[in-house]
Amino acid sequence: MTTLTQRTHSHERDQDFSGVDRTAVLQALAAVLAPASLLAGQEDLKPYECDGLSAYRHLPLAVALPENEAQVVAVLQACHRLGVPVVPRGAGTGLSGGALPHPHGVVLSLAKMKHILRLDPAARTAVVQPGVRNLAISEAAAPHGLYYAPDPSSQIACTIGGNIAENSGGVHCLKYGLTVHNVLRVRGVTIDGAIVEFGNAALDAPGYDLLALMIGSEGLLAVVTEVTVKLVPKPEVARVIMASFDDITKAGAAVAEIIAAGIIPAGLEMMDKAATAAVEPFVKAGYDLSAAAILLAESDGTPEEVEEEIAAMRAVLEKSGATGIRVSTDDAERLRFWAGRKAAFPAVGSISPDYYCMDGTIPRKRLAEMLTAIAGMEKQYGLRCVNVFHAGDGNLHPLILYDANVPGELERTEAFGAEILARTVELGGTITGEHGVGYEKIGSMCVQFDSAALAAFHRVKAAFDPQGLLNPGKAVPTLHRCAEFGRMHVHHGALKHPELERF
Amino acid sequence: MIDTFKSQILAGTPLCIRGGGSKDFYGNAPHGEILATRGHAGIVAYEPTELFITARCGTPLVEIEAVLAEKEQCLAFEPPRFSAASTIGGVVAAGLSGPRRASAGALRDFVLGVKLLDGEARELTFGGQVIKNVAGYDVSRVIAGSLGTLGLILEVSLKVLPKPVADATLRFEMSQAVALDKLNRWAGQPLPIVASAWQDGVLTLRLAGARAAVEAAEKKLAGEKVGAGGTAPEGYFDELRDQRLPFFSDPAPLWRLSLPSVAPVLDLPGEMLIEWGGAQRWLRSSAAAGEIRAAAAKVGGSATAFRCDPALKEVVGAFAPLPEPLMNLHRRMKSAFDPRGILNPGRLYPEL
Repeated sequence: MTTLTQRTHSHERDQDFSGVDRTAVLQALAAVLAPASLLAGQEDLKPYECDGLSAYRHLPLAVALPENEAQVVAVLQACHRLGVPVVPRGAGTGLSGGALPHPHGVVLSLAKMKHILRLDPAARTAVVQPGVRNLAISEAAAPHGLYYAPDPSSQIACTIGGNIAENSGGVHCLKYGLTVHNVLRVRGVTIDGAIVEFGNAALDAPGYDLLALMIGSEGLLAVVTEVTVKLVPKPEVARVIMASFDDITKAGAAVAEIIAAGIIPAGLEMMDKAATAAVEPFVKAGYDLSAAAILLAESDGTPEEVEEEIAAMRAVLEKSGATGIRVSTDDAERLRFWAGRKAAFPAVGSISPDYYCMDGTIPRKRLAEMLTAIAGMEKQYGLRCVNVFHAGDGNLHPLILYDANVPGELERTEAFGAEILARTVELGGTITGEHGVGYEKIGSMCVQFDSAALAAFHRVKAAFDPQGLLNPGKAVPTLHRCAEFGRMHVHHGALKHPELERF
Repeated sequence: MIDTFKSQILAGTPLCIRGGGSKDFYGNAPHGEILATRGHAGIVAYEPTELFITARCGTPLVEIEAVLAEKEQCLAFEPPRFSAASTIGGVVAAGLSGPRRASAGALRDFVLGVKLLDGEARELTFGGQVIKNVAGYDVSRVIAGSLGTLGLILEVSLKVLPKPVADATLRFEMSQAVALDKLNRWAGQPLPIVASAWQDGVLTLRLAGARAAVEAAEKKLAGEKVGAGGTAPEGYFDELRDQRLPFFSDPAPLWRLSLPSVAPVLDLPGEMLIEWGGAQRWLRSSAAAGEIRAAAAKVGGSATAFRCDPALKEVVGAFAPLPEPLMNLHRRMKSAFDPRGILNPGRLYPEL
């Protein structure tokens, strides 16, 4: 039997888990879970073979569905004892393969822990289990005039536990922040079964800010069992401006001008011509289909402040050369303006057999440069790309259209995507703004970080999980994997990881 | 300069990292040979429309604030300026935030990236200059407030924000209990309250934001407006931020209580000044540390011995003790970054 003491997390090489004893794992889990909380049959495992990134699939050994924290502890202790990988999973809506099962591992689904434990309107906090859906928190808070601010596009389905893992954002994060800015406390279990509280009910806690470290750690450090979120007052009104531009550079400059005017809009989004063409038949929002780009700029707050801010933004947009400006007059119209942006992914899904969603962030001022580069890549790879953009915070979502049934298209798509990400790093940005690295972008991490930083990440990982059992092979590449990745980025003329052999 | 830092770290003697020295009093007593950071100074990049500034550790905070003010921008977390010598490296290492914290966010919320030397003199870069970035663990935010125990910050990138268009100050007479109740109620409404302070039966509010919003809120709150248009109101919150109010010069030990904003009036002897809508309470008190810490823990918060006789900190520790599973992770994090334990040893906790 493999024992944990033989396993050590290393920054050099991924571990080989092929020796895991399936029978022993199932026996150990059956001892701590009710039969209905343990799935092991092929048919039952199938729904867990991938997350929102369906291009990559593996069947796990088993799926554990604990009903409470004590069972989470027991599952983790069993896997720890047997040296088995554990892949935590929320709703499985992630777009980077973070919840992709390990073929020799257990998927730990938090779906049964879905209760809102407390909602305190006076303190403006809610204490929830990890499987609670993002939108369910806002719905529960609504009678008190409060809501939970981060609103990822998948908020109907995605869970708060997954939001913690990914540090999820949304269209309003320029003004209201990401998950890390809206969570006070995370209670979690480390792989050895120890229960740890990160943060507390106050605004800060003594010691290192391990709460911030936990958020966005993609399930590699600990399993979340309880979360205290901040709730904020619902703005009285919101209005959105829709502005058309005949040139993408002008639209990009308008974004910078809005910020320069001292305005932080509640939302600031851009869609290119290909995107509006794709979504308009779907949502009939009345987008200007002749425009090279459309900007949506939202203001929220008291009626007085919204009026003031809309007027200020309108003036900036006019000065920046907008060819058309419309301001929502009521909430129905505001939601219609937004509908296309919110429905961009399904709309694109209806015009192409498959699409691949990228998630880089670049400095706003490099937008036009980036879009020009992407246009060049479309020709190079013979694939179309539709661009939607959280323009306010520089987060770009190019959607590459492909057909998985055409031999070679997925590989071309992956290469196209990797080149976009390499370009984001060159432009001073990052390979992931909000979807996480997961399995998908592990190679691109080698482009963004040098081996010293990667080794430091692995030391952080080992501080929490010395045996390297939580979500192995995700988020942070081993140096060996970076060498294998091969197409390494030459940054400022210096080859990264020169100390490693090439394959 | 970086090479000098590296050789100082590699020498292996315990080091006390020091910028302007304005926060020598904070945390547990500094030990070790001084590593002076002030020579490594200068703003590396400032892009107002990208909302970030990057500066070397020794850059004076006042210099950064002056540069931002030219573009009508600011550090919205309002770090305290305990002296003009205060450096940005020290500001980030201490992780302290000022009056606007409850509404604008804390220092750690504004940290976008750091470059540092760890305890083995390895040069490490985390995060970046863009606002949305989830590649790799968020080590930059852990560095904020770690009191130099994980690494020497060489350079830091911070998110900046526009200064509010309009500002106003309101003052009310009310008891502590009423003030706490009102502050929590108001915080649940869309009002542009950005800072608050209660002391001696007087609650002072600072409103900021769009002009129309501030004016509407002033009417709604119907308080007694103080020093209309004059310098007095702004001066008050600056003095509060920099701890220049008379409250802070009292000789009794100064405790910082970080509590849920709804925590009731604490039954502790001494004088109280309440900020952050009830979530930060300063206590001047000679009560036993155990009594103060127990009272804070009972309501779900913690108490820091902020400014007092070093002899007291020596006995009770500057920061509230951590539960063992959490302290265990702290020890392992320390050893991941500073295995020889030479960077600011003991400044945060004796075992780190």
